[in-house]
Amino acid sequence: MIVFLIKRLANAALVMLAVALMAFLIFRFVGDPVQLMVNEQTTQAEKDALRENLGLNDPVAVQFLRFVGDAVQGDFGVSYRNQQEVMSLIAERFPATIELVLLATIISLVVGVPLGVYTAIHRGSWVSEGLQFLSIIGVSLPSFVIGILLILVFSVMLNIAPAFGRGDVVSLGWWTTGLLTPSGRAALILPSVALSLYQITLVMRLVRAEMMEVLRSDFIKFARARGVPRWRIHYVHALRNCLMPVVTMTAMNIGSLIAFALITETVFQWPGMGMLFIQAVTFVDIPVMAAYLCIVSFIFVALNTLVDITYALIDPRLRMARG
Amino acid sequence: MTDQPTLDVRNLRVEFPGRHGTVTALDDVSLSVLPGEILGVVGESGAGKSMTGLAVQRLLEPPGHIAGGQVWLNGRRIDSLSEPEMEKIRGREIGAIFQDPLTSLNPLFSVGRQLVETIRLHGDLSRTAAKARAVELLAEVGIPAPADRIEHYPHQFSGGMRQRVVIALALAARPKLVIADEPTTALDVSIQAQITALLRKLCKEHGTAVMLVTHDMGVIAETADRVAVMYAGRLVEIGPVAEVVARPCHPYTRGLMGSIPTLGARVPRLAQIDGAMPRLDAIPQGCAFNPRCPLVQDRCLRERPELRPMGAGHAACWIDAAATEKAA
Repeated sequence: MIVFLIKRLANAALVMLAVALMAFLIFRFVGDPVQLMVNEQTTQAEKDALRENLGLNDPVAVQFLRFVGDAVQGDFGVSYRNQQEVMSLIAERFPATIELVLLATIISLVVGVPLGVYTAIHRGSWVSEGLQFLSIIGVSLPSFVIGILLILVFSVMLNIAPAFGRGDVVSLGWWTTGLLTPSGRAALILPSVALSLYQITLVMRLVRAEMMEVLRSDFIKFARARGVPRWRIHYVHALRNCLMPVVTMTAMNIGSLIAFALITETVFQWPGMGMLFIQAVTFVDIPVMAAYLCIVSFIFVALNTLVDITYALIDPRLRMARG
Repeated sequence: MTDQPTLDVRNLRVEFPGRHGTVTALDDVSLSVLPGEILGVVGESGAGKSMTGLAVQRLLEPPGHIAGGQVWLNGRRIDSLSEPEMEKIRGREIGAIFQDPLTSLNPLFSVGRQLVETIRLHGDLSRTAAKARAVELLAEVGIPAPADRIEHYPHQFSGGMRQRVVIALALAARPKLVIADEPTTALDVSIQAQITALLRKLCKEHGTAVMLVTHDMGVIAETADRVAVMYAGRLVEIGPVAEVVARPCHPYTRGLMGSIPTLGARVPRLAQIDGAMPRLDAIPQGCAFNPRCPLVQDRCLRERPELRPMGAGHAACWIDAAATEKAA
């Protein structure tokens, strides 16, 4: 198990290094950073001084090592747009996105898994056929349409939830949370529901397909022949055998949600990383984009590694084979 | 031993309604197993032998269902029980052994956990007591170092060892009846003998009735006390195993016996029964075996024979036992 862990971590580090190289190359070679930072009145001498100051005259390898070294310490330089530290910009936005994404993920699992099990067990009944049909709508509706519909119904017509913003937040050291205030919680509802709707349908369809597969297997029949009650067969024996793909998909989706929550964030004017990224793209704010790339990749890699470790926890066969 | 059979199946009929009409998978099957007795059930694939076992346990795949007849277990009628009541009978009063030990166990739980689950479902035992009982059971089915093995997962056992675990699971609640569906088919020949011997020993010790479903006449001859031969969802012959093997009454049984290779006897070609079993939705009128029967008569084409005393047991054939004897 320990060897397996070390292998996985080394693997993850290697991937991160490759990503850092990409971010570095974009940062250094898409346009001249000095040109982007200065204005028309800057003299050549000042430009040279800045170039020397930024270390742009050093060999590329040295520059890359410095970039990696800084990145590891959380230093991605200064935003071109407002001269703020990139890291503090991201740190400001990060909690908003994470809270939104985690809540959406929890909703999608809590709703999606039981629905999947239900539709697999009661296939053919009109309730489960109806759910199947709804899930097709859920998969095919783009999230901004869902977001706008939710705003229309719950904010404009019923006026029971705020349409935009994050509400009041409480600051806990470097983390700000909306979960501790009533307005913060109310503001979370619509965006997280909008974000989770697609995930719910994915989880439901995946669990349903896996359950139907597993329920046909011999050990389920044998468990019935042993007198194991039905609910126990469904929720203990069968569900656990379906979990592997669900874990994979959920983890992959957390990554995508963080990276691509920007549509939902834009619709709801949610002050998260997605909004920050959209602004960075608009202003060609390369340090912010590079940092965003690195952080999102880091989240993907971290989740991937966690998934592998979770596999080993779920399935004893993997534990032994790799341990 | 009492006269009351552990399992008594009377005129059992199983139907599968389908798009193209209803298929009768079991037709008028009657058999019984006494306490401590091993009844072998043989036939070609699709003859309905596994179906009989599943119907008794009420594990038929929907839309298959019992359409007629009765199933009695220890003097209690069980074919009309509700599903929750059946759940209490499965495992507790009827133990099951399936064909493929590699797929019968849940790969994600240790064998100990599966044993403890079964034991606690059927008896009021604490976790510790159930675990002690599980170790005992594993020892009983001949698994070495059971106290260590109990923590192991199914994939850490060999095929034969896994089938022993399956047997331990089947016997966990000391059921009065065990239905073993092809328990040795997926195993090596050398392991097969061990497993059948184990099954036989355990059942004789505990007075458990066994319904042993297999297509392997060799296993039946070695293990069973009586044998029931099935063909196209019907019972064609039933009787003491030695008698049926030595003096089969039904032409189909005779065909089956003829196709068993014997060690030492060199035959250029093994006998086989010409033709194939009819599809269940196209069973001929009269005797189901009539298209393949070497002794077919007019009556066989028109009327379906009932089981009647013949030889040392019963057979469903119009042709007189004496006549078949002569023809053979």
